[in-house]
Amino acid sequence: MSLSFALSDEQEQFRKVVADFADTVVAPAATEFNAEGRFPTDIVRQMGEMGLFGIPFTAEYGGMDGDYLTLCLAIEEIGRVDQSLGITLEAGVGLGAAPLDEFGTEAQKQRWLPELCRGETLGAFGLTETDGGSDVYGATRTRARVDGDEWVIDGGKQFITNAGTEMTSIITVTAFTGEGEMTSIIVPAGTPGLTIAPPYRKVGWHASDTRELTFDGVRVPLDHTLGERGAGFRQFLKTLDDGRIAISALAVGLIQGCVDECTRYARERHAFGKPIGDNQAIAFKIADLEVAAQTARQMYRYACWRKMQGLPYKREASIAKLYSSEQAVTAAREATQIFGGMGFTTETRVGRFYQDAKILEIGEGTSEVQRMLISRDLGL
Amino acid sequence: MKVLVPVKRVPDTAGEKKIDPNDRTVDRESVESVLCPVNEFAIEEAVRLKEQHGAEVTVLLVGPESAQPIVRKALSYGLDAGLQVTDDGIAGSDALGTARVIAKALEAEEFDLVLFGNQSTDARTCLVPAAVAELLDLPSLTYARHLEVDGDTVTVHREHEEGWDVVQSSLPAIVSVVEAINEPRYPSFKGIMAAKSKPLAVKSLADLGVSPEDVGSGAAAATMYEFADRPPKEAGTIVEDDGSGTAAAQLADWMAEKKFV
Repeated sequence: MSLSFALSDEQEQFRKVVADFADTVVAPAATEFNAEGRFPTDIVRQMGEMGLFGIPFTAEYGGMDGDYLTLCLAIEEIGRVDQSLGITLEAGVGLGAAPLDEFGTEAQKQRWLPELCRGETLGAFGLTETDGGSDVYGATRTRARVDGDEWVIDGGKQFITNAGTEMTSIITVTAFTGEGEMTSIIVPAGTPGLTIAPPYRKVGWHASDTRELTFDGVRVPLDHTLGERGAGFRQFLKTLDDGRIAISALAVGLIQGCVDECTRYARERHAFGKPIGDNQAIAFKIADLEVAAQTARQMYRYACWRKMQGLPYKREASIAKLYSSEQAVTAAREATQIFGGMGFTTETRVGRFYQDAKILEIGEGTSEVQRMLISRDLGL
Repeated sequence: MKVLVPVKRVPDTAGEKKIDPNDRTVDRESVESVLCPVNEFAIEEAVRLKEQHGAEVTVLLVGPESAQPIVRKALSYGLDAGLQVTDDGIAGSDALGTARVIAKALEAEEFDLVLFGNQSTDARTCLVPAAVAELLDLPSLTYARHLEVDGDTVTVHREHEEGWDVVQSSLPAIVSVVEAINEPRYPSFKGIMAAKSKPLAVKSLADLGVSPEDVGSGAAAATMYEFADRPPKEAGTIVEDDGSGTAAAQLADWMAEKKFV
């Protein structure tokens, strides 16, 4: 038997702990902090205490010695009740801490990684700019030049997750540092010349912190270069491949949340003298939601498995991300339909998911970019 | 400082529990087994004693071999070692039989403090902590909603209907805690991973020197002869507000009649 997607006892136990935390702590508070558009610092800190932000990193740097699948399980379970906190975790680990862990120098890791792993601080990754996020090479206007022993950074970034929370410690930004040369540079929060705009008014992910950043002569020491000068392009491509699997897990959480909520509601809600779930028009919709949850979950677990086996996984990561995010949009639409008028309020989880789903088809590589990557990988 | 936390495997509190008609015990197949939620408060208190006083904490479970994941679950909160008493002869023990096994297991250990949950969510007898204290001839401080250890002294706030009493005793002592005592934390992933490599000793009745005649269903003082499903909830009284202002008076009368006020 070589085919196995079984979780280890410890993974299953951990999944249940995170699910319990999500149901007990996150779910009851989610309506309110989303309505207020408030980043729930207290809950994020609690997630930190449980070790969620350190899962895939080594104990040497304060991590949990876990694997990438375990991280995805946590993202799925948090995302099942609230997508804002799901993306906060995904971005905190995948975009904030992972590039530092993977490409950072020993000194950089010692300085910033342990507190990121413990969830005491959050890191952000600044890639997307006003002119675009898919065409990074063509759209990046941010420049950094050397002045003595410092970088001087000028430019701006858009839609940067976790960049303006009271927990934010570092923002890694990509900038052109020469002709065709892209470098990632670590900018500590609070560095003079870095301006963090107020949060965007987004369609969904209301409690996730998303900011526009402006760099006006921002000076940081040259030793803040992430890894090597000129490695920026390769670094973010690798970062995004991993991120796609995690976004897929987040989308699966949304779909599973729709299954759970709709199953409960279809039993409770009566119309024409019987539970609405007695109607096949409703029951079949929920059956389809379950199919979507299970198939999308297999996609991300397969991509995860390939990554953990050391096999190429770029194509599978794109497939998982593309499939699960498009299924999530459909699931949120159908779940909202099942809830009727209640589904169009943000008091309900499915109503919030209707708002939250769309970004899954856009963030960390649009559906179009995923199709481009998959077709290119096929030789087209 | 050494602390022992006895824990119990119970059927999931939220699940629908069934009685097995053959042996009239809980049907373990019908519902998932979990660590008794009340134990989590005792564990949290023990973890705090670890943090404050460097206490060494051992978790103790009396139950079949299949209950071992519950010991590991308790260890995942950061406790140091496990001790499981497993013996076919224990099956069907009542509260006193269970207390005899726990008391004998404790006798073989060094400890300053034993932290029980005040009751289990399946049997809810609340008898075991006091029975263990009695068997060991140790101070019994039950229903603790607050606990402090200072040197050789333990002080607890013992909860009762009208408030609480401040009770103090020398160590070693037996304490049972109520849910008001703290807010248990969640185990971390690191704790879960570490739990599988923590030492876990398994002992039998013979190891502890417990006579099989004193425990198990044969020694139980109480025997269950019959059981029945809980009757379905009856419809309550509905007071309708007809606008005349009498509804409030009706509600007040009803509450007075039921002695709620």
